[in-house]
Amino acid sequence: MTPSTTASSTTAGSTATLPGRPLSLRAELRRQLSRRRTLWSFVLLLALPLVIVAAFALGDGDPSEGSLVDLATGGAANFAIFTTAVSSSFLLIVLAALFVGDSLPSEASWSTLRYLLLAPVPRARLLASKLVIGLLSTAVAVVALIGWSLLVGLVFYGPADFRSLSGGSLDWATFGPRLALIAAYLVITLLPVGAIAFALGVRTDAPLAAVGGAVMVTIVSAILDQIDNLGSLRNALPLHDAGAWFSLLRAEVVWDDLVQGTLWSVLYTLVFVGLAFWMFRRKDVLS
Amino acid sequence: MRARSTAALAGALALALAAPVALLSPATATGAGGVEVTEALVAVGPEPGGAEVELDTSVFVPDGDGPHPAVLLTHGFGGSKDDLVEQADDLADDGYLVLTYTARGFGASGGRIHLADPDYEIADARALVDVLAERDDVVTDADGDPRVGLVGASYGGAVSLMTAATDPRVDTVVAAITWHDLAESFFPQSVRDSDLPGPFKQLWASRFFLSTAAQGMGEVLGRTSGRAPAAGAVCGRFAPEVCRLFLEATETGEPSPALLDLLGEHSPAPLLDDLDAPTYLVQGMADTLFGVDQAEATAEVLREQGTPVAVRWSDGGHDDLGGSLEADTATIEPWLEHYLRGPGVDEATDLPIPAFSWVLPRSRGQDASTVQSTDDPGSTTYESLSLEGEAQPVANPPGGEPQSITAVPSTGGAVDEFSDVVSTYPLAALPGQSASFDTAELDEARTVVGSPRVRLTVTSTGRSSTLFLSLWQVVNGVPELARRLVAPVTVATTPGEETVVEVALPGGTWEVPVGSRLRVLVTSTDQTYAAPRTARADLVQASDLRLPAVDGAEVLATDGGGLDDEVVGLLVAIGVVALGLLLAALVGRRRSHGPVDPDLADVPLVVERLVKTYADGHRAVDDVSWRAERGQVVGLLGPNGAGKTTTLRMVMGLIAPDSGQVHVLGRRVGPGTPVLARVGALIEGPGFLPHLSGRANLEAYWAATGRDQAEAGYEEVLEIAALGGAVERPVRTYSHGMRQRLGIAQAMLGLPEVLVLDEPTNGLDPPQIAGLRPVLARYAAAGRTVVVSSHLLAEVELTCSHVVVMHAGRVVTTGTVAELVDSTDTTVVTLAPGSDPDVLADALRGLEGVTEVESVPDVDEPHVVVVADLARAEVVRAAAGSGADVVGVSSRRQLEEVFLGVIAAASGSDPDLRQVRSR
Repeated sequence: MTPSTTASSTTAGSTATLPGRPLSLRAELRRQLSRRRTLWSFVLLLALPLVIVAAFALGDGDPSEGSLVDLATGGAANFAIFTTAVSSSFLLIVLAALFVGDSLPSEASWSTLRYLLLAPVPRARLLASKLVIGLLSTAVAVVALIGWSLLVGLVFYGPADFRSLSGGSLDWATFGPRLALIAAYLVITLLPVGAIAFALGVRTDAPLAAVGGAVMVTIVSAILDQIDNLGSLRNALPLHDAGAWFSLLRAEVVWDDLVQGTLWSVLYTLVFVGLAFWMFRRKDVLS
Repeated sequence: MRARSTAALAGALALALAAPVALLSPATATGAGGVEVTEALVAVGPEPGGAEVELDTSVFVPDGDGPHPAVLLTHGFGGSKDDLVEQADDLADDGYLVLTYTARGFGASGGRIHLADPDYEIADARALVDVLAERDDVVTDADGDPRVGLVGASYGGAVSLMTAATDPRVDTVVAAITWHDLAESFFPQSVRDSDLPGPFKQLWASRFFLSTAAQGMGEVLGRTSGRAPAAGAVCGRFAPEVCRLFLEATETGEPSPALLDLLGEHSPAPLLDDLDAPTYLVQGMADTLFGVDQAEATAEVLREQGTPVAVRWSDGGHDDLGGSLEADTATIEPWLEHYLRGPGVDEATDLPIPAFSWVLPRSRGQDASTVQSTDDPGSTTYESLSLEGEAQPVANPPGGEPQSITAVPSTGGAVDEFSDVVSTYPLAALPGQSASFDTAELDEARTVVGSPRVRLTVTSTGRSSTLFLSLWQVVNGVPELARRLVAPVTVATTPGEETVVEVALPGGTWEVPVGSRLRVLVTSTDQTYAAPRTARADLVQASDLRLPAVDGAEVLATDGGGLDDEVVGLLVAIGVVALGLLLAALVGRRRSHGPVDPDLADVPLVVERLVKTYADGHRAVDDVSWRAERGQVVGLLGPNGAGKTTTLRMVMGLIAPDSGQVHVLGRRVGPGTPVLARVGALIEGPGFLPHLSGRANLEAYWAATGRDQAEAGYEEVLEIAALGGAVERPVRTYSHGMRQRLGIAQAMLGLPEVLVLDEPTNGLDPPQIAGLRPVLARYAAAGRTVVVSSHLLAEVELTCSHVVVMHAGRVVTTGTVAELVDSTDTTVVTLAPGSDPDVLADALRGLEGVTEVESVPDVDEPHVVVVADLARAEVVRAAAGSGADVVGVSSRRQLEEVFLGVIAAASGSDPDLRQVRSR
């Protein structure tokens, strides 16, 4: 313990600004990657296609001709779409809420939040790093799920063209870019879920409250979406257009819902992220 | 103004037929915006029996000096003048004098319903033009010739057209969703150039009837209770001759020639030759009652005879009273303006709006539809597409049941929603009763405008074959109706011989996506029609589908098109939110760079007048000021709840003070202030990522600061933490003390100029506490500053050079430890445990020069504090001489006494202080 910092280098005002970038994306990424929840989330996500394959193989009931299951085993493309469809309605939502929503309150629950703040990491910087890494993790999860199910489907069911429930089919040259668009659209529809979880995470020190709260919001939104009396008001519900990516599987894509879903998602994301930053800016950190 | 009148016009249309229940008339003398309303009963021609008839009328006089051009508004079937109040108000606001009335047979007017009879309803309307002619506040073109436009929808539209055709004084007419020939409308025939009446449009006839007859029936039954109702009671207010013919047709499903004649006469068709007034026709494509073919038939006659005419195909109609009707009726305004006040009054000019405009189907969220137009209504071209499929048998089941459900007339939201989600194709294409013919997959998209044609070949077992044709669009294998309409045909056949006819499919506009097929479905029954009940087998084949399109159509930018409202609104909202966030970020960034206070630039830590009240109202810190200089180890001392930790939180920018400020090296501290990089801290216990090892935690923390790894000095601080091999184990396995030591080590990472330790000895055992003291002393000795908070007095006494004593949120005293505890005239004599210090105290009190003796009868450590002018050696010698068991002599008082003293002075006696212990 030698006094390495000499008096001359600490003359007042000489080092007003910080050297380096506090809580760089790489530092935050490492923080999150070291966590078990990240590891296990990805393990479970990647196990899903295999579990589905096993379930198809185990069941000895013959799927009826043209049914969803019959189509799912038709080829890599159909299998990838099936896996995406079954996971997009809940699994991916929970993952998005987890990745984005829990990183801040879990720091608070470990008491590390205050040490990050007095490292010091400026508050906006802290939120930005956590948000970017959380959203990136979500995007990686979506892409990994789709890519991995494509691979699993290829191994087990072969490379047949995509065939839709209504009888149309898409060749790989069309299907490939469409699948990329589907992934992108799914990520976009998950943005508001993450943003809501993030805003809740700023308010609470309990990771469960943030993640559960965001999932609850999507469930309530889905319930309201069932109420016809609301008419076109329902367009404004978060995740109202979450299923619009199915239209990317039609021969002729109808873009309206995709565009509107994208815009609503962006709006919700901006609002809730803005809210999170605004709330955290002068929040008393007592945890 | 425009928006309001638009809504009102659409409202009037909406009420045309759908709302038989009339609103109660507001009996106010003035309407909106200074419009004056007067109601009057106007006598018109008597009923066939000679009964006097008076019509219930309202006149809406606009604000301002007259004379005004006039508008005569006629309501829809089953309605009354009350439906027109809003529309009339809006027109009056625009400066028109508006006359509304309840037609004969409806509402408060007398007489019976003759169904647009030229001798009754039409004559009535002419009488009302007379009323306008007599008013001196109406513009006149000649004596007894008022400047008047006629506007109406559905029933009102036909009345307006027929009145304009029979009264040359009418200057212009606007007719919406109305008929050309009522016989054709109720017995539609889609075979081109056929004189044969088609099947009976039973469903609509029943509705027509219901909308008025049922009410009248109720009245009759009410009046004749106890007696058998009169035979004609079922007709309600229908004129008996109209009613009887309708009832006959309903029973037989066949029109009597008398009914066809009557319906034909009660139509604009035979009168159009005399219609010279410029005519605007708005017709709906969601209309199973009066399709666009009706407006086309009227327009064709007018075009041929040179009457100015414009046609608009709306996305709404009797089946969809929303749709684009609102936007479409807004175009009435420029039309009336042109022909009642503008250049169209005197000279033959171009039409104020395109001769033919049409709306394309909306996609979701679009409020404004895409509207296209052409000035050349004859420019339709047909493209021929061949249909696949051999001739197929189609059976008409005995009794005409079951019936195909193809075009379901709107009954409100439910059916529409349903058919948006699920294809109704299976309900239409009943096995054995239908045949379908597909085109090949289309390799390019098309926009259809007009009435597609198809050639139908029928070989029947009967002498006449009634069939229903509909056009479906198969997208991705799912058939959807292009327009929810069906074309009924009745073909005269010779049994066993082929008959070929040309069929006009329902007209409309829609877009055919690329990759889809078009399918012509032929069914033997349809739910909306009374088809023949006799069993019959037909062999049918559809071929040569011809799709109409309009070349060179222009997109009317003013009426929507392009981005829909929802998207535009969203883009604006996103822009606003993004801009707001950007501004907030800029402002926030500017604020975070405070200037250096030159007076404080060299002081490591200055706390000034801090006040903090928590949300629950507890004032934790109240006007606290102190400073820490270089080389000092400052002890922040106070009982639990004194505000020490709150103060330190504010020092570190974790919480915002209500008032007051903290400066570190001259820079004001706020949340995340960069200068905090020069402060290391342990506050309220350590915090670590539990799954990482001790070393990994320090590395993760340092990585978060973003500073050079070389500056961290991991080895030095780990040496202080003295964790040994445990440093590689996950932190969650650590004991409390180990975490505490790691926390202190983390605070020292990078050797910050100010080290703030909150209760650092928590969880440490005595040797570790003892080991910490020289570390802190050395740390400060190098010119840095250490702030230690503690409620352990001895700890502070031994560790610190300076003390800030806090109590109940306030600073009680500050100073060096030496100043507080040390004094040359004080000697503390400690006795062996168990001794009685009073004995010694008494002995010393007798000594010359002793000013004060205090005996502290502590069991473990009894001692006597002596204040004397004597040299210390004298006091010690005297004490030893008294025979007491002296085991120690000190120049210091315990800090505890000082502490208790100052606090007692500050607050009187406070029981809370008991918690403060010397060890």
